[in-house]
Amino acid sequence: MPLSAAAADSSAVNSAPVYELTNVGKTYARNLVIALEGVSVTLHRGSFSSVIGSSGCGKSTLLKIMAGLIPPSTGRVVLQDQPVTGPRRDIGMMFQQATLFPWRTTVENIVLPIEIRDGRAAAVKAKDRAHELLDVVGLKGFEDVYPNELSGGMAQRAAICRMLITKPAVLLLDEPFSALDELSRDMMNMELQRICAEQHATAFLVTHSIAEAVILSDHIYVMKPRPGRLAEVVTVDLPRPRTLDMITTPKFGSLVDYIRGLLDKGEAL
Amino acid sequence: MQETVWVEEVSFLDRVPRSVSMTFVFAVFVGLWQLSTSLGLVSPIILPTPGETFKDLVFVGKNLLSGDYMLLALWITVKEVIYGFALAIFIGFSLGVLVGETAFGERAIMPYLVAIDTMPKVAFAPLFVAWLGFGIESKVALAAFIATFPIVVGTAAGLHAADENARMLFKTMGASRMQTLIKMKLPMGLPQMFTGLKIGAVGVMAGAITGEFLGGGKGFGELIRVAASQLNTPRVFSLILYLSLFGLALYALVTWTQRRVVFWHKASVGGSDD
Repeated sequence: MPLSAAAADSSAVNSAPVYELTNVGKTYARNLVIALEGVSVTLHRGSFSSVIGSSGCGKSTLLKIMAGLIPPSTGRVVLQDQPVTGPRRDIGMMFQQATLFPWRTTVENIVLPIEIRDGRAAAVKAKDRAHELLDVVGLKGFEDVYPNELSGGMAQRAAICRMLITKPAVLLLDEPFSALDELSRDMMNMELQRICAEQHATAFLVTHSIAEAVILSDHIYVMKPRPGRLAEVVTVDLPRPRTLDMITTPKFGSLVDYIRGLLDKGEAL
Repeated sequence: MQETVWVEEVSFLDRVPRSVSMTFVFAVFVGLWQLSTSLGLVSPIILPTPGETFKDLVFVGKNLLSGDYMLLALWITVKEVIYGFALAIFIGFSLGVLVGETAFGERAIMPYLVAIDTMPKVAFAPLFVAWLGFGIESKVALAAFIATFPIVVGTAAGLHAADENARMLFKTMGASRMQTLIKMKLPMGLPQMFTGLKIGAVGVMAGAITGEFLGGGKGFGELIRVAASQLNTPRVFSLILYLSLFGLALYALVTWTQRRVVFWHKASVGGSDD
């Protein structure tokens, strides 16, 4: 298996790094817990990467650092040649819960990031783009519906639109579909792949599911706990677009087995 | 094959429409009342007959409609309640935001509020009279004093209602503290705030009437007090009934506003708690 994070990726998009983390560490000094140690991540434009690991491996800490929500203790965090020192509009984020606000219609929820950053007038102008995005995710006709009337999968589609409205350079996805049932989850993963390809998005996904990581990613950052660090970066060279049928191929199976092996080793430590 | 059709059993009482069962309970209540008075079980001074009470209800109703002295008294009480409620909303909301939004408020102010809230607030009535006199000011003060605390608690609880995801989302969007408060925490806390307002609406009535009992004046509470001292029990009953109609109207106003404002909240719209 290829190990280098900087390995030329299979997506064949130009390989300029969008997001670079070098030797990032995080220590919670108060109780002397090392949450993260020497983690380096490189995200290339248009690539899809995942981070996988058991709970306590520091993947949420890593994601929070990448989102500019918490500062790292050591290392460099550089997005589009600018060090990340706080939340930024070129970072889009999505969580396990859609977190749509029930007093706003779908389209009003989607333009919320614009309203926060640029004010109400800009948000009104952004509604056209919101309509386009709703079309992209297959929610056309639900613009003026309140979130109570959306299903879980539809709500996450709307959350994708809200993430994309500011045209972020990187998408940080924190187990975005893990609250959905398995059928919707598979479907949403395929949708996510399609949307990311259409938008030429650079995505970074936190997941608990090996299969999900393999089906979506070009690179998988496998982490191990105590202290949270990288075990290996696995490159997935399955052709694109990926389909759910690939799950049954031997190549897919061997990748899953390999990653499971890495994770088990991490657990044993 | 035979169809598996069967009827789920619902008890007779559960099938009766609400209006019918309510009328039924009312009829039983009046019947028992009539019975106990006509059998002479209770002295007419303590408990008048339903007929007498009804006659007095009509009398008081006519007086109110003709704009006589009772309407003037009611108007004074209504003013006390409205001013008291407005004051309680203003102070309660401000304190609630201070307590719910700032660490200082939660640590340094909330304990004192809890301490005062546990006191029997009616006991402060003589103080308010001493400070503000026998006019409506002392009644407004007591009414507001009683209604403020549930509004503080409702507002503070509402501001804590926002979940971790929503907070994180606003952080990633780079929202300022003010934006987070106005665009997320306050709207999200509206259901709890309205619960506080409803408790406050009940308290503000009690406060105004208690204030009138203890501090005199020319309000509806004074009418009740005078009627009671003259052992005019039917009058006391009918005055209380009209007063509670006003209380009900105030409560309904709050509920109506809640339905309008918090249209997105199921329990607020469904009316399970009103």
